[in-house]
Amino acid sequence: MRVEGTLRVKTGLAEMLKGGVIMDVTSVGQARIAEEAGACAVMALERVPADIRKEGGVARMADPEKIVEIQEAVSIPVMAKARIGHFVEAQILEALEVDYIDESEVLTPADEAHHINKWKFKVPFVCGATGLGEALRRINEGAAMIRTKGEAGTGNVVEAVRHMRAIMDQIHALSAMDEDELFRAAKDYQAPYELVAWVAGHGTLPVVNFSAGGIATPADAALMMQLGADGVFVGSGIFKSGDPAARARAIVEATTHFRDPGVLARVSRGLGEAMPGLEIGAMRPEELIQHRGW
Amino acid sequence: MVGSGPPAVPGTDGPPTGHPGTRRSKIGVLALQGAFREHIRMLTGLGADAGEVRTPGELDGLDGLVIPGGESTTIGLLMEKGGLLTPLREFVEARPVFGTCAGLIMLARSTVDGEQPLLQVMDVTVRRNAFGRQTRSFEAPVDLALIPGVQETFPGIFIRAPWVERTGPDVEVIARCDGRIVGVRQDRVIGVAFHPELGDDTRLHAYFLGLVTAGAVRPPVRR
Repeated sequence: MRVEGTLRVKTGLAEMLKGGVIMDVTSVGQARIAEEAGACAVMALERVPADIRKEGGVARMADPEKIVEIQEAVSIPVMAKARIGHFVEAQILEALEVDYIDESEVLTPADEAHHINKWKFKVPFVCGATGLGEALRRINEGAAMIRTKGEAGTGNVVEAVRHMRAIMDQIHALSAMDEDELFRAAKDYQAPYELVAWVAGHGTLPVVNFSAGGIATPADAALMMQLGADGVFVGSGIFKSGDPAARARAIVEATTHFRDPGVLARVSRGLGEAMPGLEIGAMRPEELIQHRGW
Repeated sequence: MVGSGPPAVPGTDGPPTGHPGTRRSKIGVLALQGAFREHIRMLTGLGADAGEVRTPGELDGLDGLVIPGGESTTIGLLMEKGGLLTPLREFVEARPVFGTCAGLIMLARSTVDGEQPLLQVMDVTVRRNAFGRQTRSFEAPVDLALIPGVQETFPGIFIRAPWVERTGPDVEVIARCDGRIVGVRQDRVIGVAFHPELGDDTRLHAYFLGLVTAGAVRPPVRR
């Protein structure tokens, strides 16, 4: 009567991560720093988004060797990224027993029409979204957790804010609709009516919603939490900064005490240089990775 | 169409139902990190006055405390940084406390696998992630023994769950699954390795509230 990989245990792990910070790490050393700073999980990858952006080329799933080393080094959950649509990378990550797979636009997409059918896996998936329709399409494909896409590797929080605001506004609008309008909304959002109606009835997504893409400071993390995020992913923001350990600890505290300006002021002091940021408006459209995925 | 539908939101329906003439129990849920909202929903559904606790001051006036699931290393570090370890140990001396998953780990005297800040108020040794990584997370019935001589079954939701490896003489085993100890009680403190707050069976939360109303021993008021 023991059943593994149920939807409840998939969404349940995301529930346990709430109020926490998930940190991108590229080595055992970084994973240990993240764990010691209080990260609730780490994301094992080959290069952080800022380097993927700078160096270009095809970005793929991390070397399994590196993932295993990181799994052996820390006791917190270890996540890893697969390319959009690359279900074999996902199969490999499942065989490695990673705790969550991020089907991520940060890597180079492997399929320009299909996302992974996530129902086929025992391991849970988190997927990025820029708005409610995209979030519901991913949930319909079996995602057990959602995160805003933001604009990864920029250190600029504006896109994460845009995406979180969009999702929240759209949920509020759905809650005020009658049934006739919900049929139309489902068509507009290109999402199943049942999911749209569920969100309208409950006033929330049916899975945990984190924020990601451009968070670089404790204030950024608290901003996303006050806007309604359940927790945050920090990618390049920690290990591209002047003092990663101190910044990681500060972002963890800021995420817990996100409504307490006194704590936010205290933890924001003396952190050294934040990662260098990029102005989104000055980037060419093809440089934006948030438009990957469909 | 979603295969199994969106997950249900547990314990939300119905107004709080305090007994007439009695004060509603005031329960704090430690909200440093993890699934604290689910506990608040379930306790509120059972008629308790439940709220979030992040600072030592927020423990004042509480009749009981829940330590939720989450990452025990994260919760421990935040307890240490927030100056909560000593106030929480003092709280446990006098009031009922209920820990689930990471909450059970925080209550334990020690873990098998190494050092991390713990409250060390229950005489048990816990093995973290004992059932394996996430792909081994599971649902299974738990054998529950809350009342002596009465065996019940409870729907267990186990997520990267710990189990109890050693129990001291004052510790009573209240839940088992697959031959492993997954629930313990020591006086007014209970800890389980699974997640009743993610389901809709409220028996464990009701049992905890029973400890709060029946067994709560008031510490002497200092003047």
